[in-house]
This record gives sequence, C-alpha cells and structure tokens, in this order.
Amino acid sequence: MSSRIEILNDGGYRSDGRRQYELRDITIDMTPQGSADGCASIAHGLTQVSVSVFGPREAKQRSQTLHDRAVLNVEVNVLPFSTGERRRRGRADRRILELAASIKATFEPVVQTTLYPRAQIDIFVSVQQQDGGLLPACINGTTLALAAAGVPLLDFVCAVSAGVHGAAALLDLSALEEGDLPHAAVAVLPRTKKVTLAALETRLHVDRFAEVFRLACDAGQTIHAEMRRAVRTRTQELVAAMGAGPRAGPGEHVDRDVAMDDDAADY
Amino acid sequence: MEVDLEDEDFEDTTRKLIVPGEPLTSSHAFMRGHGTYVDGEEVVASVAGTVERVNKLVTVRAIRTRYSPEVGDLVVGRITEVQPRRWKVDANSRQDAVLMLSSVNLPGGVQRRKLESDELQMRTFFEEGDLLVAEVQAFFSDGAMSLHTRSLKYGKLRNGQLVTVPPILIKRLKSHFLALPCGVDVILGLNGYIWVSKHVKQSQQEGEEGFDAQAVYSNKNDDIDDATRAAISRVCNIIRILAAQFVPLTDVTLLEAYDWVVEQEGDVKDLLQGDFGEALVTALGGRG
Repeated sequence: MSSRIEILNDGGYRSDGRRQYELRDITIDMTPQGSADGCASIAHGLTQVSVSVFGPREAKQRSQTLHDRAVLNVEVNVLPFSTGERRRRGRADRRILELAASIKATFEPVVQTTLYPRAQIDIFVSVQQQDGGLLPACINGTTLALAAAGVPLLDFVCAVSAGVHGAAALLDLSALEEGDLPHAAVAVLPRTKKVTLAALETRLHVDRFAEVFRLACDAGQTIHAEMRRAVRTRTQELVAAMGAGPRAGPGEHVDRDVAMDDDAADY
Repeated sequence: MEVDLEDEDFEDTTRKLIVPGEPLTSSHAFMRGHGTYVDGEEVVASVAGTVERVNKLVTVRAIRTRYSPEVGDLVVGRITEVQPRRWKVDANSRQDAVLMLSSVNLPGGVQRRKLESDELQMRTFFEEGDLLVAEVQAFFSDGAMSLHTRSLKYGKLRNGQLVTVPPILIKRLKSHFLALPCGVDVILGLNGYIWVSKHVKQSQQEGEEGFDAQAVYSNKNDDIDDATRAAISRVCNIIRILAAQFVPLTDVTLLEAYDWVVEQEGDVKDLLQGDFGEALVTALGGRG
C-alpha cells in the first residue's frame, strides 16, 4: 500500500516524526455527557473514541441476567466518517462484533461484577476517528469511563499496540504503519503487571513476539500514569466542588459534626 | 502509599484521594470496606474517591456512583413494571426496587385486609411510569431493596416535575420534604431523584380518617397557576445548575440560590445559559 513511504528512516524517525518507542499524544476528557453514569473521551493521536457507561442497573432482558454477578454489555458504534473510505458498517459487522467481544473479554476479569448480582453494566463505545490502535483506544477509554461511573475495578487497564519493522520494534502504531507491519495489542494491569489481553491480528514471528510484548507492557505503565492523572484531576475537581468533602453516613456524620464544632470553638 | 496509623492524621486521611488499583494499607492491620479489595498483603482501592477510616475499617467512597440504599432512606422512584402482588420501581440503584402490594396504603383504611380483588386492580393504584415517594423498608438477599409507602407522606406524586442529580449531592437532612416560601414543595430523594411540585397545604393533605383513595392515587394534576409554574421551573433549573457545578443540595442552599436568582430578575429559561452557574456558586460562596 505505502511502499514509497519509509516506516522508519535512517535517522530513526517514523513517518509521523516519532521515534521508535514514542507514543502519540493522549488527550483525555471526562466531562459528563447526558444521563450516562460515567463518560470518557480519549484520543491517541488522531484515533479518537468516546465511551459512555450506564449502570450497574436493572437488565433490560431478564433472561440475560446472572444470579451471582453483573453482566457486561458492550456495544461499539463506528461512525461512518471515522475512517479513510466512507462506509457505513452495520452493528452486526463481524469486525465490530469482534472488537466488542475483545473489550468485553478484557474487562470481565477486571470489573468486580460479583458485587452486583442480577445487574447489567452497559458500555457504549463510539469510534469517532480511526488512525490505528483502535482496540487499545477503546480499552483505555472504557477503563476511564468505568472509573468515572464508580464501577469497582481491580485496577486500570492500560492498552497499547506494538509492531515490528525489520529488526526494530515500534510502539503505538498509526494506521499507515498498521497496514504494513505485523503488530499486537496488549492490555496490562499496571499494579500487578498482569496481562488481560494480547491480541494478534497479523502473523508475528515467535522470536520477535517476546520483545514486542515486553515493550508494550512497559508502555502500558506510561499510559497508566497519564490515565491516573486524568482520573485524579477529575475526582479532585468534584471533591473540591462539593466543598465539604465526602458524604458522611449517619453514624460518622455525628462524629464529624462534633469535630467541626471543636474547630469552631478554637477560633 | 500507607494510610497513617496516627490518630492526629485522621482528618488528613479522610480527605485523601485515591484511584482504582492504588494500594492503601496492609491487610493485616486493617479490614477492607466498600470500594476496596484485598490482594495478598495489601488492601487496594477499587474505585476513585476519598479514603475514609473508622477504627480498623478502611473504605473508599466513590465520588460518582449509583445510589446505595440504606434502610429508612427516603427515595423517589418510577414504576417500571407491574408483577403479581408487587411493583418494580426504578430508584437509580443497581437494580430495580420492589414495592409489595402489602406495603402500600390501600383505600379503606390501614386496618383493612388485603383482598384478591386488590391484586386484580393493582394498576388502579400504580401504573407503569407513575412516580412515587417511598421509604426503604428492607433488603432482599440479593441486595435489592424493598420499599413501603405506608405513611400519608408517601405515595403517588403529581403536580410537579422530576429532576435527576448525582445521589452523592443529596445529604441526609432532618426532613427531605421541603416547603419553599415561593409556593413550591421539594422532595429530595436520597437516590438523587428530586420532585419539585406545587405546594399542598397541610390541612389539604389527605388525613388519616378521611383517607381518600381517589385523591391519593389520582393521575390528574390540580390547576396550577402561571406564577407557580414559573416558580417550579425556576427551582428545577436551579437544582440543575447546582448539580452541574456539583454543589451538595440542602434546604439552605436551595433557599439562598432561589433568593439570589430572584434578585437577578432573569427569565426562567435564561438560567441554564452560559456561566450563570458559576456566578450562582460564587454568590452562594460569598454568603456562606
């Protein structure tokens, strides 16, 4: 497709001016949208997705519920203008269903679903722009939206794609690089360094895989720092806006009132 | 990142922010509460929010989450389903609440026996989509809550408008039934559903002896004059902008905000425009 474009030039730069291990800019927006419980928009360079989380709430179809835990329902909507060739994909498109299934499989071991029996957690992913690394962007966005919705997570899930060009490993591939290189998407839990997703859509040599995999795991830590900061900032803003801080339960409330009176007496 | 054991730092730790996956403290010295889990030697946070500690119990209170009910809470809900001898009620919780036929006031007095014919005419009491105010009575084994409306304060809602806010913004108050001086009643449901309606005089409320099923379960609104309509809309919009600014709602805040808004002499619909919310919050901060 793009044999004339150098993936990695002699100076060690990639087609968009990045170094081998350089990630694209990450922009995170967590302002609430509509009636969703949690919302996040994340952009990795030109790839942009927004995710809304509803729930845990009563399941729409009772037949789908599980008596001992909540059900995750992931729906992906790829907007027709998100990609180079304009094309409307139905919801039943196989690639989209697979994407949704990967997101669901990634989060099922991470969300503490056992706390919410018979409930359903809806995750709606809307892909606004695609420029490579779609699955990692969807996963990172979903993590943020779930955190914003107050759904208990074992840890953040940080995903990134990595590929191989000749002997060089590259991180966070753009669409152009993805088209030419064998690549993998890896999602890690940064605290325990466990891997919850490793997806290969192309053939990648066994000998190269270990290196690419390790690199992606390290990059996950970097992305984690970014996502953590976004969630912290958002939480900080909300706590500051509430002024009085956390909502007190009936028992503790009395205690804190007494403490406040003591303070007032000091002044 | 250890939670400090010293008591003098207690105030400090209560305000501490945490995000999922951050270790809080050792699992040997502390017990895990809501919003945390134990992984080996450590207690780890699972939600983003503030850390709270009561003796040896460490909890993380999520800043935004669904309503988690407690017995005795006042909630506003909407009927979603009519089932045999029970209604399902959406109360912004993790699953729908249950309102048993035996926990509502039926026409003909409190002492009356429940009849089979009541089961057949359940829709004459509450239908799908009806709004009601109720109290949390108990929990089922799976955590679903059971409601009751066995008080004359509770029951079907009419003559007003529903506003939804994040449940954390509703603090527990002495009374959640507020009567604002502008002729508007407000019911602050702890689940974040707020009912704003025309004021009903105490004497006009259906009394114990004259329990009038026709009036209590009526679906018809009373006549509401334009001034009251404007007041209801104004209160609703105030609640919306306060919620957008994430300000906790209490009777005092609402009253001050209403007074300030009336001073501004703006049109009701202009309230939601632009930076009015920030101005309102600044004004409230200045007074408080």
